[in-house]
Amino acid sequence: MDPLRQSPSPSSSQASSPRTLSCEGLGYVGIEAVLDQLKIKAMKMGFEFNIMVVGQSGLGKSTMVNTLFKSKIWKSMMPGLRVPTPQTLQLHSVTHVIEENGVKLKLTVTDTPGFGDQINNDKCWDPILGYINEQYERYLQEEILITRQRRIPDTRVHCCIYFVPPTGHCLRPLDLEFLQRLCRAVNVVPVIARADSLTIEEREAFRHRIQDDLKTHSIEVYPQKCFDEDINDKILNSKIRERIPFAVVGADREHMVNGRCVLGRKTKWGIIEVENMAHCEFPLLRDLLIRSHLQDLKDITHNVHYENYRIVRLKESHALPRGPGWVNLAPAPPTAPGPAPTGTRASPGPAKVCRWAEDNSDEDF
Amino acid sequence: CRHGFSNVSPLPFQNEELRNLSLSGHVGFDSLPDQLVNKSTSQGFCFNILCVGETGIGKSTLMDTLFNTKFESDPATHNEPGVRLKARSYELQESNVRLKLTIVDTVGFGDQINKDDSYKPIVEYIDAQFEAYLQEELKIKRSLFNYHDTRIHACLYFIAPTGHSLKSLDLVTMKKLDSKVNIIPIIAKADTIAKNELHKFKSKIMSELVSNGVQIYQFPTDEETVAEINATMSVHLPFAVVGSTEEVKIGNKMAKARQYPWGVVQVENENHCDFVKLREMLIRVNMEDLREQTHTRHYELYRRCKLEEMGFKDTDPDSKPFSLQETYEAKRNEFLGELQKKEEEMRQMFVMRVKEKEAELKEAEKELHEKFDLLKRTHQEEKKKVEDKKKELEEEVNNFQKKKAAAQLLQSQAQQSGAQQTKKDKDKK
Repeated sequence: MDPLRQSPSPSSSQASSPRTLSCEGLGYVGIEAVLDQLKIKAMKMGFEFNIMVVGQSGLGKSTMVNTLFKSKIWKSMMPGLRVPTPQTLQLHSVTHVIEENGVKLKLTVTDTPGFGDQINNDKCWDPILGYINEQYERYLQEEILITRQRRIPDTRVHCCIYFVPPTGHCLRPLDLEFLQRLCRAVNVVPVIARADSLTIEEREAFRHRIQDDLKTHSIEVYPQKCFDEDINDKILNSKIRERIPFAVVGADREHMVNGRCVLGRKTKWGIIEVENMAHCEFPLLRDLLIRSHLQDLKDITHNVHYENYRIVRLKESHALPRGPGWVNLAPAPPTAPGPAPTGTRASPGPAKVCRWAEDNSDEDF
Repeated sequence: CRHGFSNVSPLPFQNEELRNLSLSGHVGFDSLPDQLVNKSTSQGFCFNILCVGETGIGKSTLMDTLFNTKFESDPATHNEPGVRLKARSYELQESNVRLKLTIVDTVGFGDQINKDDSYKPIVEYIDAQFEAYLQEELKIKRSLFNYHDTRIHACLYFIAPTGHSLKSLDLVTMKKLDSKVNIIPIIAKADTIAKNELHKFKSKIMSELVSNGVQIYQFPTDEETVAEINATMSVHLPFAVVGSTEEVKIGNKMAKARQYPWGVVQVENENHCDFVKLREMLIRVNMEDLREQTHTRHYELYRRCKLEEMGFKDTDPDSKPFSLQETYEAKRNEFLGELQKKEEEMRQMFVMRVKEKEAELKEAEKELHEKFDLLKRTHQEEKKKVEDKKKELEEEVNNFQKKKAAAQLLQSQAQQSGAQQTKKDKDKK
C-alpha cells in the first residue's frame, strides 16, 4: 500500500505530502505557459507604485523625482518660483499614469515640504507616520468589508526616500530619530542628497559613517537583511547594502557632452552627468527602485509592514471595552499606533494633510 | 447571496481622472511584469483539480494523460457505501516552473442505489477549502503569501458517453456546484460514440445545461490575446476526450493511443477527440484565469455568504465599522463558552446522580445491617430465655431430686426407726 496515499473523510481537506515528479518524460505539458498568462494579466491590470520623498527644502527632492521618472511630475515646482517655506509640515501628493512598452504604471508621489525646516522640529515625523498609517488603515478597512472590491486600490507608501543633507559628517539627531521610527513602518531608502558638493573621498567617508550610525542605532533600511529569502537574494542585496546610502544628484535639464545629450547639472567647473556612475550614484538608485526591486518593495510593504500594522490594530480593538452590539475596530488614532509605539501618544499637532482626493479630517478621541 | 460581478474587468485606471504623463526617456519600469513573474516562479504555483464522475469513467487515466505522468492509483471498487473525496498532491516541474498540483477524486460517485446525497461530500469538500482560507485570512497573525492554497480551481465533470442526454444525477450535481467552482464538462470515453452521434449529444447536453440554468466556466474573451482561441474552443464544449498513457506506433512516431481491432484512436489527434483542446484550455491558456476566478469570484461569494450568515454587515457611513476578525472570534468564543457550560452542566448532573445513587445504596446497606442486628439480638434473647428456662427446669429437677432424696431418706429413717421400735418391742416381751 502506498504510504503516501491517504483516504480522508468526505469533508477532509488533507492531501498527502507532495512528491516531486518531472513531466518532461513523455512530452511537453505546457505548464510553463502560466508565466505568460500571468504577465498578460498583470499588464492588463496595470501596476501601482507609491513613493514618498522626505527631506529638508532645497535638497533637490522634486528634481530627483523628475529625474527618476523622466517626466515633469511636479509641474508647479519651478526652481525659481519657490513657494515660501510652509509654516507647518504639509504632505502633498500627486498621481500620474505613465506607460512604457505597454506597461501602465500609476505613480503617486508624496512630498513633504516643511520637514525639518522649523526651528523646533520636535515630532515632525508624526504627520508623516500618520499619513503612512492612514494608508494602511484605508486598505484594512477595504479588506474587512463583506462585499469587497475586486481589486483594492493600493495607496500604501511602498518606498520612502530620505534625503540626507551632505554635511559630510554623520547623521544628525533629526535624521536618526526619523529613520528609527520610520524604518519600522515603511521601506526607507536613505540617499545623500546634492552629492555634487562632496568629493569622491568625502562621499565614501560620509557613507561609512552613516552606515556605522545606522548599525549603532539598529536602523534597518531597505533592503532589510532579515527579508532576504535565499542565497541569491543575500548576495544581490549585500552588494546594494554596501553602497547605501547612494550619493545622488538630480537634474532635469539636458546638456550636450561630447556630442551626446545627457541629463546633468551645468556648473562653471563642469557638467555633472547624472547618469554617469563616475559622477554620482543616481543609476544605482534608479535601478534599485524601478528596474529590479520595485515589485519587492511592494511585496515587503504588503506582506510585512501592512501585516504588522494590521496585527497591532486588531489586537488593539480586542483590548477595548465593548459597546452594545459588536463594536469593533476603534477609530484609528490620529498618529500611528505603530509597530513600535512610543510611551506616549503624540498629539496631532498643527499638521494638515491634503491630497488629490477628498480631505479626511482627523478624528477626535 | 447574490452572485458577483461581471467577468470583464475595465482597462486599468481609465475610470479615474488621472493625467497621462509622457516620458522623455527610458525609465525602466517595463521590467515590472518580469519582476512579478520572477517572484511567482520562485514561490511556485498551486493548481487544484477536482474530478467528478462515476467509478471507472476514466478520471485517473485522463489526469495521467494530461500531465504526462503516471500518478499513483489503484482502481476503485464499486462497493463504496457513499461518496468520499480523495486528494493527492504532486510537485511537477517544467523548465523553471514549479507546480504544486492537487488532484481530488470522487470515489464511489454514482455507485450507490440511493444517490440523493451524492453531491453533499463534494460541496462540503469545496466549502472546507474555502473555509480554511477564510480562517487564515481572518487570523490576526497570518501568512497568506506562503499559504498552500487548496481551493479547487477547476472541476472536470465527467459525463458518461450514453449518447442521449445528461443523467439527472449530473444535472443535480452540477447545479449544486456551479456557484462554487469553475465547472468544465467533458464527455468521457468519447471513443465509444460515433461522430455524428457526438455532435447531437453535445448539443443536447449544452441545451440541457442552459435550460436548467447551470453556469459552467466561461473561457474569457475580454483579453485580446486569448479571446480568439477561447471563443473558438468554447464552441466544442463539452470536450469529448479519450485518455491513454499507452503508446502505439503511428507511422514512424510513437503516440498516445488506444488500440482496437478496428483501428487506433489517437489521443492527440484533433480529428479523433478533443483532448488537445482540453489541454489547451485547461493548462496552456487559462490556468491563471481559473485561479483568479476561484479567488475573486467563488471565494468572495463564499466569504460574503459566510459572514452575512454570521450576522455581519458592512457599515453605513453613520455607524461604526465592524471588526470582522473580532466579531468572528468573539462569536466563536461565545459558542465555545456555551459548549463548555453545557459540558459542565452535564458533568454536574452526572456527579449529582452518582451521589444520589450512592446515598441510596448506603441507606439500603444500613437497613440491612440493622435488620441483621435486630435478628441477632432477637435470636440471642430467645436463646437466653431458653437457657433461663432450662436453668429453671434444672433447678426444679434438682429440687425435686433433693426433695425426693430427702423424702426417701425420711422414709428410710422412718423405716429404720420403725424397725428399731419393733425390735425394742420384741425385746421387752
